Amino acid sequence: MGDHAEIIAFEKVGRSFAQKNGELVATRDIGVRIHEGEFVTIVGPSGCGKTTMLNLVAGLLRPTTGTVTYRGVPVAAINGRTGYMTQSDHLLPWRDVASNIAVPLEIRNVARGERRRRVAELIELVGLKNFENVYPSRLSGGMRKRTALARLLAYDPETLLLDEPFAALDAQLRVRMQTELFGLSRRLKKTVLFVTHDLDEAVALGDRCLVFSERPGTIVKDVQIPLPRDRNIMELRRNPLYQRVCGELWDFIAPAIERQAQEAEKR
Amino acid sequence: MKLFLGRVLLIFALLAFWEISAGTIADEFFISRPTVIAEKFAALVASGRLFYHGGITVVEMLAGFVAGAATGIAVGLLLGRNEGLARLLDPILVAINSLPKVALAPLFIMWFGIGIGMKIILTATIVFFLVFINTYNGVRNVDPELIEILRLMGARERHLIVKVIVPSALQWVFAGLQLSIPYALIGAVVGEIMAANRGLGFLLQDAAGQLDTGGVFAALLGIIGLALMLQWAVRLAERLLTPWKDVTRDREIAV
Repeated sequence: MGDHAEIIAFEKVGRSFAQKNGELVATRDIGVRIHEGEFVTIVGPSGCGKTTMLNLVAGLLRPTTGTVTYRGVPVAAINGRTGYMTQSDHLLPWRDVASNIAVPLEIRNVARGERRRRVAELIELVGLKNFENVYPSRLSGGMRKRTALARLLAYDPETLLLDEPFAALDAQLRVRMQTELFGLSRRLKKTVLFVTHDLDEAVALGDRCLVFSERPGTIVKDVQIPLPRDRNIMELRRNPLYQRVCGELWDFIAPAIERQAQEAEKR
Repeated sequence: MKLFLGRVLLIFALLAFWEISAGTIADEFFISRPTVIAEKFAALVASGRLFYHGGITVVEMLAGFVAGAATGIAVGLLLGRNEGLARLLDPILVAINSLPKVALAPLFIMWFGIGIGMKIILTATIVFFLVFINTYNGVRNVDPELIEILRLMGARERHLIVKVIVPSALQWVFAGLQLSIPYALIGAVVGEIMAANRGLGFLLQDAAGQLDTGGVFAALLGIIGLALMLQWAVRLAERLLTPWKDVTRDREIAV
């Protein structure tokens, strides 16, 4: 990826949170450079600061130590060039699909005609044709995700921050959404930071995978995933290289997960 | 249909029991009898007195309701979005809210006289607190994650208020409105009972003053009718203003 410009850089970044009994150090000493168009997956035990990392890029949090820069400029306010999606789709229940997707366009004062054209395009893109006028309460989980994805893409953020977006979906639907997200991010040349609990997902989607340690979390492993950029997610399951990388990642991360489970039991 | 029949039968049986027991089990002077009440009620309707007094009560209630709901929604939004201010005002609001609002009636009579204004203000005070508390909770319940997502889309405070906070508080507002109808009636009717020469409360008090039990029941009937009409109106407004909830209802039934 050396030929692409650097877009996000973490320099010795730490973040702690004030708590009743002193200070909680969520992350420490994060140093990483992410380049344009990279699909970076982030894995690690619960509470290790994966989400904190996304929040720092989005400008929702400031680092306690170190600096986070976006296109060479320290992130000091809400970063409008990023788009965020979490496990919950956060659709507005009082708006139908088309008008949910239009929200960011309305905020940006896009003219009505242009808005309609753009929404139609997005609906086509995520495969929601004929569902324009349906309220979210009538949609299935997958369609809600598609709507949220279309809304996210509507204002064309160059970096997508995805925090376990598919965690609540069943296995089959998850693979389908992964395939679509992967295809879209490649086609639209997005840079993606994708937090997940699922190591298989991290390997399947990532060009690169960052592994976090337990709290205070820091990056303990930065792996280039040796799969082609235009891979077919559906067929990965039978790919020996994919299986090997997943296995290695498991072996690396399993001790930490085991330790965490034991500590939880002790409590 | 079966349920409906059962209800009609039950009401009919109760009325019949009432009719028979008047003069046999209990003194008719105290409990009157359904036929007499119906006659009195018909007379109230025929003479137009019901509509005249009912109209006065409706005006008081609606004016109080609108004023109380509007300020309740406004203050609820303001405090819901300003935690510092909400904390500052908390003890004062809790103190005033712990007061039974009708206890303010004598004070309002002293301040505003016995005219229609005093009933409006009493009603508005009662409605204000119910709607304010519901709106405040509605605003506080908006998911902070959703707010952040919209901020990343470039939303400013006014966008958040118009696109997210008001619509999501709306269902809470309606809950508050539904709740406040009987209370708004309390405000208006109690105000009239205490001091007035017009309104359903006056009609009630006037009949009682003449020891006319049938007239009292007829006035009560009028008040019930008014309350039901208002409940229905709010529900209709809710249905029109929050159409997406209709969908949710359908879906729940389908499952």
